[in-house]
Amino acid sequence: MSAEDHTVDTIAKLVRMANQIARNLTHDKDPVAAIAEHIHAFWTVRMQEQLFAHGPEGLDPLAIAALERLALGARDQGHAVR
Amino acid sequence: MGYEPQADFGTPEVRSETPVTLSPVTLSPVTLSPVTLSIDGREVSVPAGTTVMRAAAVSGGSIPRLCATDSLKQYGSCRLCLVEIDGMRGTPASCTTPVAPGMVVHTQTEKLQKLRRGVMELYISDHPLDCLTCSANNDCELQDMAANVGLRDVRYGYEGDNHLGAETDSSNPYFDFDPSKCIVCSRCVRACEEVQGTFALTIDGRGFGSKVSAGLASDDFLSSECVSCGACVQACPTATLNEKAVKAIGKPERAVITTCAYCGVGCTFRAEMRGEQVVRMVPWKDGKANHGHSCVKGRFAWGYAMHQERITRPMIRERIDQPWREVSWEEALGHAAREFRRIADTYGNNALGGLVSSRCTNEEGFLVQKLVRAGFGTNNVDTCARVCHSPTGYGLKTTFGTSAGTQDFDSVDDSDVILVIGANPTDGHPVFASRMKRRLRQGAKLIVIDPRRTDMVRSPHIAADYHLPLRPGTNVAVLTAMAHVIVTEGLVDEAFVRERCDGDEYRDWADFVSDERNSPEFLAPVTGVDADLVRGAARLFATGGNGAIYYGLGVTEHSQGSSTVMAIANLAMATGNIGRRGVGVNPLRGQNNVQGACDMGSFPHELSGYRHVSDPEARALFEAEWGVAIDPEPGMRIPNMLDAATDGAFKGLYVQGEDILQSDPDTKHVAAGLAAMECVIVHDLFLNETANYAHVFLPGSSFLEKNGTFTNAERRIQRVRKVMEPVNGYEDWQVTQELARAMGLDWNYTHPGEIMDEIARLTPSFAGVNYDRLDADGSLQWPVNAAHPDGSPIMHVDGFVRGKGKFVVTEYIPTDERTGPRFPLLLTTGRILSQYNVGAQTRRTENTVWHGEDVLEVHPSDAENRGIRSGDWVRLASRSGETTLRATVTDRVAPGVVYTTFHHPATQANVVTTDYSDWATNCPEYKVTAVQVTPSNGPSQWQEDYDNQAAQSRRIMAEPAE
Repeated sequence: MSAEDHTVDTIAKLVRMANQIARNLTHDKDPVAAIAEHIHAFWTVRMQEQLFAHGPEGLDPLAIAALERLALGARDQGHAVR
Repeated sequence: MGYEPQADFGTPEVRSETPVTLSPVTLSPVTLSPVTLSIDGREVSVPAGTTVMRAAAVSGGSIPRLCATDSLKQYGSCRLCLVEIDGMRGTPASCTTPVAPGMVVHTQTEKLQKLRRGVMELYISDHPLDCLTCSANNDCELQDMAANVGLRDVRYGYEGDNHLGAETDSSNPYFDFDPSKCIVCSRCVRACEEVQGTFALTIDGRGFGSKVSAGLASDDFLSSECVSCGACVQACPTATLNEKAVKAIGKPERAVITTCAYCGVGCTFRAEMRGEQVVRMVPWKDGKANHGHSCVKGRFAWGYAMHQERITRPMIRERIDQPWREVSWEEALGHAAREFRRIADTYGNNALGGLVSSRCTNEEGFLVQKLVRAGFGTNNVDTCARVCHSPTGYGLKTTFGTSAGTQDFDSVDDSDVILVIGANPTDGHPVFASRMKRRLRQGAKLIVIDPRRTDMVRSPHIAADYHLPLRPGTNVAVLTAMAHVIVTEGLVDEAFVRERCDGDEYRDWADFVSDERNSPEFLAPVTGVDADLVRGAARLFATGGNGAIYYGLGVTEHSQGSSTVMAIANLAMATGNIGRRGVGVNPLRGQNNVQGACDMGSFPHELSGYRHVSDPEARALFEAEWGVAIDPEPGMRIPNMLDAATDGAFKGLYVQGEDILQSDPDTKHVAAGLAAMECVIVHDLFLNETANYAHVFLPGSSFLEKNGTFTNAERRIQRVRKVMEPVNGYEDWQVTQELARAMGLDWNYTHPGEIMDEIARLTPSFAGVNYDRLDADGSLQWPVNAAHPDGSPIMHVDGFVRGKGKFVVTEYIPTDERTGPRFPLLLTTGRILSQYNVGAQTRRTENTVWHGEDVLEVHPSDAENRGIRSGDWVRLASRSGETTLRATVTDRVAPGVVYTTFHHPATQANVVTTDYSDWATNCPEYKVTAVQVTPSNGPSQWQEDYDNQAAQSRRIMAEPAE
């Protein structure tokens, strides 16, 4: 078995994960906050930065809004989990 | 403790508090006042309903008996336990006579002794007199009774018709059945029925021709339905059913109480020893999880611990294409420490990580996560709960406030309706399944939600009232449809919801589920379940009395795993089934210490006791104790680590007691991730599949070789006790400590009890736990603290941990994994009784006689379309990969669904599974993969390549003698 023939698109996975989170939190009272908080609570800084760097392409509108909120520095205001 | 069999009181204990009916409205338990009587002049008080036999035993006496034992209901057949009772005619059997107030009993009179001697004389007239060379010599109740009644002579002689020539059935790999020694007391038959619930044994024939028979007349023990749980062997009063190991080794000389290292039931065993050799593992009657019962794995499949493939010396290599080189512990640990330091210096601390084992002890898990957080300086620690019950953690924490099952196992005795979803307890959690089946035979109702017709759906004396054979991946839709019925038909327990749950959230949820698009009729095309079945099941669950939900990995291992857990919690809250015996939400944990590994802070976002790393108060506690700063940001989960490794950002992994290459999904991706790392340390008993990609191998110790604690699925913390010295030289916590010391950490634990003390200092739910208390109490169920000084068998009794119970809207969001023309079938995976997880342990035991390879279950119509017959090789392919295995054609699976197990590396079912995962936790979607099945001639190219790579990788260099 060779590992070389195996290609991985980590960014595509992160996009999929963010969209999954967004779709599952749409019923929250404040979905954008809920999505941002979920990602903040469970993703590493590097994973978040990879998605920031990737930009909005392929992302659900709610996920885009959540990432914008995260990038705007929800982090600086301390941990955002309600 | 020396070797003394456990006390046997003859008949079962009677609970003084007994709920008396199974009516829809559960009556409050009735407390019966004790009964006082006199036995041979001794006054004794026992609960009403107790037998005279038990009362005599409780008061220190012993009435001779053969057909009675306290694990079984009284039977009254051997006529040895006769007693005289003042005012009563004749000589009643003490095992079937209940006590009465003021009763005066005589158990040892001249008349009784004569009658008993006569009975024994008949037994012995047809029993071989080879006591001195018999495997049960000095451990035989028949022998004891002959001594007890003073049998000196058999007047009938030994020449008459007898059974002495009957042949021994040695077909079971672990025990023999020697009918020549059978006294037909029926204890084995009754144990199979009452304790195990399999009904594999029967008494065949009548009178003199009566004999114990397994299965049909044409069967032997192995070919019968016998599941080799050992209950019959345990119950047998003679050498008729006896362990082969006892025959080979002899009678044990000492016994040590310890905890089984297989599934999450956490059975307590007596390890019966001769020196450092295990003679047998016998289920301990005082074990609160198993009450003296066992399964084929815990009872018999411990031989792996002494298997010749155990690696006992540390090994290193520079590259994974090189053979291993055996080195000293010092060299191996020094090399590992230098490599990890180099990686941290070159790539940063976050290029390192560790995996906590769910098979190791709490103390060992705690040290691994401490090493990662305090030594590596990162939160990159995860555990195999990631791939099994992480959605339980998320879902129950969100809804109830803490990540744990709500009940103890005994609670099932008070359940009126049992709902089993995505779990196969007869195979995965067999000892608890026996408890559940006993309750079902008493009349409790059963709802099974599962794509397969599991043994719970229909087996002897068990039939599900409702089986909802849903399409894999539609759990949320089915549960929401059930909630729709409960809300729209006015079956909600409104008083409970009003008092215990958040009202606004409840109303939002109720509006959501009431929507027509969540009705069983609307969802039937999605779930594949007939709407009437869903309605019937929902009505039964809501109105049938105490409703208990038991679930397993068929719930969690989906894209919607966390949503399904929350949907289960919603259902329990809406029907008021939380906070008392007989009800609750009960995750059946896969491995022995999954609960413990999670409790110990093995997740990258949590410190022990489920406190987020961003919580400054929690961090401050650890920082003060450990003298280091803890990163407030979460670390990587296993799949994130593998992704980062293929990206070049993650370089070093310490894996204790897990085999991620075999157990984790999308094998090719796991292999690529491991291959991209610069230093992989595998700490294990064997050169497992992951070790094919390792640079350092640290030999591990088995559960028989270490001290510590495991925490089972009911939050029960139990001691694991060392019964032999570790063949590798160190217990696993010592190996981790030595690695930490090699990396410059000043750790000086001398016993795991000191690690538990640290856990208790740092973890509020463990505050009252220590080894002295565990030794005194046998076990404790967390939380154990000031509010719950004796632990917590049942949680959320007076209110939810989070305050008000939280209803969560669980929209059904289908997985992205879809069937189509290329991959038209759905593969779902699971377990089988005789094998455990990746099989590293059970494949190295005789359990392989029951399951030597993974097979693919295919429905007859799908098989016919493809020209596949049972036994044929088939190719199983998905977009991730393909493998080959043999097919078995069965209607246990629905058309369109195929099923296999993942116990054998030769099959590698996970080559086929995908990287899709639960939305909240990344728990992999093992249970839904779109596949195609086609006839095949033999192993795939991938399998051949894999075998070659594994063989190359496992080479160990021949070393010149030191």
